[in-house]
Amino acid sequence: MKLGRVTGKVWATAKDPKLNGLTLYVLQPVDENDAKIGTELIAVDTVGSREGDLVYWVGGAEATFPFSGRQIPSDVTIVGLVDRLDIRPGGTA
Amino acid sequence: MELGRVEGTVVSTAKAGRLKGYKLLLVNLVGPDTKPSSNHVVAVDAVGAGEGEVVIVVRGSSARQVDELTNIPTDTSIVAIVDSIEYGGKTVFRKHT
Repeated sequence: MKLGRVTGKVWATAKDPKLNGLTLYVLQPVDENDAKIGTELIAVDTVGSREGDLVYWVGGAEATFPFSGRQIPSDVTIVGLVDRLDIRPGGTA
Repeated sequence: MELGRVEGTVVSTAKAGRLKGYKLLLVNLVGPDTKPSSNHVVAVDAVGAGEGEVVIVVRGSSARQVDELTNIPTDTSIVAIVDSIEYGGKTVFRKHT
């Protein structure tokens, strides 16, 4: 999983029915120092995150599995909110 | 997923049998500002997207999680047509109706 910062929100009425009821966010992948990594992605939220939140997300095929018994057409899914990062002084996350 | 703007239709007669009947679109990948980029992908359309529309593109095996596309040889599918985008607290894109 990777860290990311929620930076925006996308509204879409016409969408695959499996995405109904799910929030779509603009997600900026970041490193442990909150520095941007690459370009922004569109992510499915499964944990009630809000704009500005630091989250962790799964990519690829695993992003289709956030719910038991149902798969969604997503390749970027937010699966957790970061309360805080404890990083050893001088170390990396 | 990624944002993209539909730039055109890919017309193709000789194609994999399982792709027959599916609409292929040329999509320019864009950021939240929806400004054109130099990145293009060919995507199977699952939602009836049209030229000029901003859409959401799913890649990899996730692109086959759309019910109608389960057995289709695609790694890039359009799964949503974007109405509006809010970014940094401002509405930066709104679909023309």
